[in-house]
Amino acid sequence: MFAYLVRRLFLMLVTLFGISIVIFLLLRIVPGNIVDILFAAAGYVDPADKANLEKELGIDQPLIVQYWHWISGFVRGDFGYSYVSEKPALQEILPRIPITARLAGLALLFSASIGIPLGVISAVNQGTRLDYTLRVISLSGLSLPSFWLGLLILTASVAMFGQMPIFNPNPQTWLEAFATYAVPAAAVGFRSAALTMRITRSSMLEVLRQDYIRTARAKGASDAAVNYRHALKNAILPVITVIGIEAAFLIGGLIVTETVFNIPGVARFLVEAIRWRDYPIVQNLVMLIAVVVVVANFTVDMLYAVFDPRIRYTD
Amino acid sequence: MADKSDLVLDVRNLQTVFFTNSGLFRAVDDVSFTVKRGETLAIVGESGCGKSVTALSLMRLVPDPPGRIVGGSISLEGTDLLALDEAEMRAVRGNRISMIFQEPMTSLNPVMRIGDQIVEAVRLHRKLSSKEAGDVAVEMLRLVRIPEPARRAREYPHQLSGGMRQRAMIAMALACRPALLIADEPTTALDVTIQAQILALILDLQKELGTGLVLITHDLGVVAQTAQRVIVMYAGRKVEEASVEALFAAPKHPYTRGLMASIPVVPTPGIAAPARLNEIPGTVPSLVRLPRGCAFAPRCKLAIKRCEAEYPPLADWGGGHLAACWRAEEVAEVA
Repeated sequence: MFAYLVRRLFLMLVTLFGISIVIFLLLRIVPGNIVDILFAAAGYVDPADKANLEKELGIDQPLIVQYWHWISGFVRGDFGYSYVSEKPALQEILPRIPITARLAGLALLFSASIGIPLGVISAVNQGTRLDYTLRVISLSGLSLPSFWLGLLILTASVAMFGQMPIFNPNPQTWLEAFATYAVPAAAVGFRSAALTMRITRSSMLEVLRQDYIRTARAKGASDAAVNYRHALKNAILPVITVIGIEAAFLIGGLIVTETVFNIPGVARFLVEAIRWRDYPIVQNLVMLIAVVVVVANFTVDMLYAVFDPRIRYTD
Repeated sequence: MADKSDLVLDVRNLQTVFFTNSGLFRAVDDVSFTVKRGETLAIVGESGCGKSVTALSLMRLVPDPPGRIVGGSISLEGTDLLALDEAEMRAVRGNRISMIFQEPMTSLNPVMRIGDQIVEAVRLHRKLSSKEAGDVAVEMLRLVRIPEPARRAREYPHQLSGGMRQRAMIAMALACRPALLIADEPTTALDVTIQAQILALILDLQKELGTGLVLITHDLGVVAQTAQRVIVMYAGRKVEEASVEALFAAPKHPYTRGLMASIPVVPTPGIAAPARLNEIPGTVPSLVRLPRGCAFAPRCKLAIKRCEAEYPPLADWGGGHLAACWRAEEVAEVA
């Protein structure tokens, strides 16, 4: 087990190293840098000024030097300075993380707490009207882009209540905080909930046909015990996998949702930074997201062993 | 017949059907039998003859849809199981009547500890703390002769061999001391050497606990060793019923005789094996399109015009030996 963990951690580092190179190069392949954009906006170009500024920001140096400068800083926790605000990048990023983390966490909670029970209900009632209704809802969840759903929610709340939910940066009570995040989290989590429901349903249908389900019934277990204690615990592995993958994909959905709901989170900030070619922000932020994704995958793998005793990580 | 109070199970005219796309499927058609306390009744027949559906009907575990029990009565210790609602039936299942399945490899929940699975069976029907139920589980594992029962109780099914798992299944089925145990081909999936052990174990425990046993099998060797009475099923119907001695001495139904003739003979000095294994020609008819008369007629050497036209009634040939054949008298002579 210990050797396995060491190997996994080593692989995670290798993965992150590869990702860092991809991030770094992709950003440089995109035409134009911050200096080009600033000068284009200002409307005049003095090559000397431009070269000076490039030198000041360090983007005139060879790529390998720039990369080393960035990655060694990242490892030390020194993220450099934002080109746009000229504040330390860490200071810009850190306060935005809890906002996005709450949103993402709530969206995942939403998708699991709605998707899993509905998936079970749908599977247990396979072929009935209830099953078809739930499957139509799930299909709509997969088909509606979250930004459009977000707009729909906003428009509907204006039409019905004459106002729309506005992001409250300083919620006073727990309830206020929940209200602030619940609607956007629902908009972005709807898709994940739909996906979770579909996977839970198909996984449950597979498990419900197994012999040990019949054994459980033969013991006199109730439907609830059979469905949740016996079947769901066996059906949960693919669901965990999907939730893990969704956790990573959620960032994509959050970018638009944060924009639509005007939430000052990481995701919207990232898009802004990309527009300005704000290398320190983009590189470090994407790298942080990569770390989250890699850790999420690792957690999912470890959870397999918790849910299925047949899975043991040995050396 | 035996004293009424001695009867554990009394099944009368049981009818279980499946509604399928290709039509109504009479899986169990008008089957009656009884089991006394401590008695072993074997149900014999080919695959698809309705013996497993009969067992599931007794547990009221026939998947609905597509299946449904549409007629007859099942009386367990005087209680009509078909009259119970689902909650009442759950209180009976695993408690007064329990079942062992054919596939020990897949019949235990792979993500639950063996002990916990037995504990669940116990606590569903007895008001015990989880500690007390845990002790019962270990005790049951000891009873089915699993070595180191306390350690095994903490293990998962994949850590046990097939024979051990079937023992654990038996422990689970008997944990509440049921009045009736149904064993649906309990040894079919096991190695031959383990088969005898498991059968012996079931019979020992049956004797010890006084449980009635319905043993479903296609193995006549098993029947001869274990049962007191046998019913032979064909295409959803009971075609013959007799004591084991009477059945093996003089089968009255050509199908039973065919089954017996199909048992391979081991060549020993003095007894030469036939050049070819005996078989019953043809296959079991589709239960959707059963012939009007005797379902076995198309495969029967003795079939006459009447067999195809009229279904033969079960007739008593003395001493409770029932057979449904127009030519039962001639069966013994022809062979």
